[in-house]
Amino acid sequence: MDVLGAHSLVAFAVYNPRFGSNEGEEYKKLLYYYPEDVEINEKIKTIGLCEAIVQFSRTFSRQSPARALHTQKNRHHFYEAEEHFWMVMVVKNPVVMKENSEGKSVPEYQEDVLLDSVYNAVLRQTYTMFKLFKGTFGMAMEQGGVETLKRRLQEFFSRYLLTLRLEQCDLIDTLGGISFFPLDKMTYLKIQSFISMVEFSFAHIQFTAFLYNEQLVWSGLEQDDMRTLFKYLTTSLFPSTIEAELAGKESPIHVSFPGYSQHYGRFLLGPRSLTDPNSPLRVPKIHVYIGSRHSELHLIVYKALSAAVCFLVDATVVLTLDFFQRLDTLVGPQLTLLASDIAEQYSSNRKPASSEKDSQFKFIYFNHMNLAEKSTVHVRRAANPSLVTVPTELLHILGDINSDFASSVEDEEVTVKAMSDYWVVGKRSDQRELYVILNQKNANLIEVNGTQLCCSEWEEVFELLRDKPCCLCRFCFSNDAPSLIFDGIS
Amino acid sequence: MLNKMPSPSTWVTVSVSSVSCDCLPVSAGSSMAGSEILEQESSYLELCRTPVRFEEISSVNNVFFDEANKQVFAVRAGGAVGVVVRGLDEKQPISFRLEDKGEIKSIKLSPGNRIVAVQRSGKSVDFCNLMGEATEYSQECRGRNCYVLGFCWTSPNEIVFITDQGLELYQVQAEKRSVKLIKSMGTSFVNWFVFSSEGPTLLLSLTPLGNVLQPVLAKVGNLVKLTKFEVEVPVIPKPPRLCLTEPDVTTAVIYGQLYVVVLRHRVRTTPSQAGSEVWLYHLSRDGHTCKIHVLQLNSTGCFATNVVDNLVVIHHRASKTSMVFDIQLKKVSEGPVKLHQPVLPSLPICPFTIQPRAGASLGAGTAVTTCELYSTSWIVFRPDIIMDAGLGYLWSLRLRLPRIVATLPDRLQLVDFLLLRRDCRPVLLNVCSQLLSGGQAGGLAVVSLVFDKLNSVYKEWLEADKSDAAALDGGAGGRPPTPHKPVRSHAVVDQWEMYTSVLVPFAESKTISYKFVIAVLMEYIRSLTQFHIHAQHYLYELVINTLVRNNAFYQLHQLLQYHVLSDSKKLACLMLSLESFYPPAHQLALDMLKRLSTANDEIVEVLLSKGRVLAALRFVRASGGADIMSARKFLEAASHVGDSLLFFCVFKFFEQRNQRLRNSPHFNPGEHCEPFVEYFKKLFGEDDFTPLQ
Repeated sequence: MDVLGAHSLVAFAVYNPRFGSNEGEEYKKLLYYYPEDVEINEKIKTIGLCEAIVQFSRTFSRQSPARALHTQKNRHHFYEAEEHFWMVMVVKNPVVMKENSEGKSVPEYQEDVLLDSVYNAVLRQTYTMFKLFKGTFGMAMEQGGVETLKRRLQEFFSRYLLTLRLEQCDLIDTLGGISFFPLDKMTYLKIQSFISMVEFSFAHIQFTAFLYNEQLVWSGLEQDDMRTLFKYLTTSLFPSTIEAELAGKESPIHVSFPGYSQHYGRFLLGPRSLTDPNSPLRVPKIHVYIGSRHSELHLIVYKALSAAVCFLVDATVVLTLDFFQRLDTLVGPQLTLLASDIAEQYSSNRKPASSEKDSQFKFIYFNHMNLAEKSTVHVRRAANPSLVTVPTELLHILGDINSDFASSVEDEEVTVKAMSDYWVVGKRSDQRELYVILNQKNANLIEVNGTQLCCSEWEEVFELLRDKPCCLCRFCFSNDAPSLIFDGIS
Repeated sequence: MLNKMPSPSTWVTVSVSSVSCDCLPVSAGSSMAGSEILEQESSYLELCRTPVRFEEISSVNNVFFDEANKQVFAVRAGGAVGVVVRGLDEKQPISFRLEDKGEIKSIKLSPGNRIVAVQRSGKSVDFCNLMGEATEYSQECRGRNCYVLGFCWTSPNEIVFITDQGLELYQVQAEKRSVKLIKSMGTSFVNWFVFSSEGPTLLLSLTPLGNVLQPVLAKVGNLVKLTKFEVEVPVIPKPPRLCLTEPDVTTAVIYGQLYVVVLRHRVRTTPSQAGSEVWLYHLSRDGHTCKIHVLQLNSTGCFATNVVDNLVVIHHRASKTSMVFDIQLKKVSEGPVKLHQPVLPSLPICPFTIQPRAGASLGAGTAVTTCELYSTSWIVFRPDIIMDAGLGYLWSLRLRLPRIVATLPDRLQLVDFLLLRRDCRPVLLNVCSQLLSGGQAGGLAVVSLVFDKLNSVYKEWLEADKSDAAALDGGAGGRPPTPHKPVRSHAVVDQWEMYTSVLVPFAESKTISYKFVIAVLMEYIRSLTQFHIHAQHYLYELVINTLVRNNAFYQLHQLLQYHVLSDSKKLACLMLSLESFYPPAHQLALDMLKRLSTANDEIVEVLLSKGRVLAALRFVRASGGADIMSARKFLEAASHVGDSLLFFCVFKFFEQRNQRLRNSPHFNPGEHCEPFVEYFKKLFGEDDFTPLQ
């Protein structure tokens, strides 16, 4: 069963039905359309269809109208991002070439492969990402009317849509979690101390976020904003700088100021050069919400070894080269030291991975409360974004189980046997979800679900995770043990 | 130091601060008026408020001071009219009479105040018991042709005569009124001596230059010579004459160690030249002596030394100021010797006002007057005594710690300094408060270092306390517990004091941003953690409350997630109470209770209160309490949820349990489950009630 044409983005649109309610003015509704070179009538047809479906489905459910439309070739996903502002994403179903009775190969669309939950989440995320960098639609309308909004949408989506890897989206995108880096108390307190020290040395810095190994350690931002920022950092900024590093564009060792101790710090987002006052400044502005108050901030990202720090500075402040130099002087040596401290602790905590057990168990963990996410199904995305260590078939099962969980409020447990001899177990307890893939040939349901597995194998999974903070954050896990034990019987 | 000859014409030159005081402009009370108030504000040294008052020196009254017992003797008419002894430690003066047998050179009471020893000649010492018969008995020195330089009591009934040829140790038997020689020790010619009751130790000046010092340990019944040492002399005069004189040498106990303090004068013609110095020789317990500290005075003239609270205070008469040195601070090593600069700016002692003596002979109507400080009638004694024989005052010198806060702007130096002082705790807490109320400008880095300094001392104390407790436990039957039980030093600032006196007022301050409050609290917790001190829950509560008050729930969540705020039932309950403001607090609280592993009952209660009856049942079953749990509680909770299927499950679960435990599905009457049996029948009828077999 070869999937030929990977599913990909067919169309993407933002519209507001209120903007062109008169006949013949439908084009006014349209705020953004991808691909841009499509004929206007085609665009209007797409959004017209969506509008009609949504209107129609409202008859049945006022509160939650249709979110997706399944057709043979495509799937439409709708999302009302802000009141009357709709976003549509059309994704092509995967195609398999099959021979028909006449021996001709014809395309067959795989209508059931795509998961609504995944792509709805992707669609929502395109909005939050837009909001982070450009502010809300409403804000653009207030500031400069439709034209401003259209310009911002065009600026943002024309680049952002190209970075979506729709064919690789799976359960992880639905969950949209943040992965946290496990640390002991003392190191964590040291990081806190470092952050406070920087924040109080530079009064302009309003918030700070600290990441290690592309995993979050501390966020001064609120959870929702951090979720989006985290996504941006891990899927866009970090991979791009790693590529740049590999290409040798930027030297990782920073020795710009003689007299200062050598350190490994540099700006990922900041000035290109700390010595040349004319060097380009790359500091995007982001929009965040503290409580309900909107604020616009400069996003500066500084990295030393594996530690990265985001400094968020009030956007009204004019960033000078002097500011960056002082920041670099203060942060560089300390962050370098801190990063090597963490690395030392991390490697000493990390037991040699037992590959045998790794192959037997794979899991995805998610906690809705803190958005903590952990996956051994996916290999670190930044290094190689497409690497998944299990057959894609299993990911579909995981997605299905997740949709099941989403539709009920009870704690539940689901056990599925896949075609390929894998067992997939999903567990939901209170706010946590755990999906485990067991690669155990010839195990039967009793073994998987029975006391034997509950007591020995599950325990083994827990133990495995507990002992190996690199597998599952120690803090997540010790948090988890109780709730999983709550459900230890079923 | 011997007690002093009291004749007004001579005593100034014998005073401790006595090198020839050629450079002194001794104009009493000159130029004080203008700067008086300023000095009053900043002076950190003061004379004690309750000085000992004695009859001032006059033609009929002689005054002596005994450093060992800190007693001042007022001797009228050679003792015939009466001797009045007042001490810093005594509440009541001691008075007695002596026969007037000539001029008294020296007079001292034995420790315990039973015998008075009086030296009137160079050959003998007279004794008189204070109790009983007042007849004197006498002891001549043994050595032929030798001269008694002085004497000192080394125990309540032992006395050492210091002669120019050596030492003689006598036992005084007061009852028999007899004196017996126990031990004598011959030396080369003794120029002078210094006695220290620490040891007790005698220091004899030998050789014509006087710069070879022979320490002698006067143990009970014995005299032990320690290794002699030589004080360097810059230029050896020809012909040889005494280069090191008694007034320039004294002893001091600093940080529990005995030091020989030697004042080395320099005459300088330009200010760039080095000034006088004070050399400290450490007299270690093994008898070895070496120079290890040099205090650089940066001036010349007349100096006198006190030791207050382990600080060496050098009074300088010319400038009417006092320099303060701490041998543990501000040092630069030069080989084995450490050079010191004053730790505090040199300032005068606080002015002292003299109350007119009631019924004084000075004449009625004498107004309150300011005492002349650093006057020529001052004599300075060890360790912290200052006497004005002309006025009849005896003070001890005190340190006013709160004043130092303003004098030393560098907060880290200040904390280092304070940590070494007695009674520093309130001042330290005050310094912390000031530092924090200074806001961000004060610098978090400084706050952080100050916390580290305080907690380092705190940790030492905790460790000492722990090992002491262990020693007491272990030593019950064996060897006795360590003789020196660690006393809580005044510098120990524990969490509770920090919390109540500094952190709570700081956190409640309206003017300080909550982020700074949190940064400081986290810094304190970090410092405690770094020193492996278990932070108490009230600190965590303060963090939580501050974050909650400012709606910083996500930050709180992260701190809990990383277990920065240690688990406790109290903290878990606090989290539960926050659920309505921040729903995830519920999960955090449950997880914390589970980790505590002693709070299973609480977990069940929480789950039941949320209507999560099945989860509660599963939890109890997993934790092994299924057989003893109260069926009634669960059935009641299930009936409140209003889900009949849930009630059915719970009911059947308990029926099965009853079956297993008692071979019967029915509830015991003691379980009070009858209402729920009825409720079940009402819901599902009698048929379903038929228990499973």
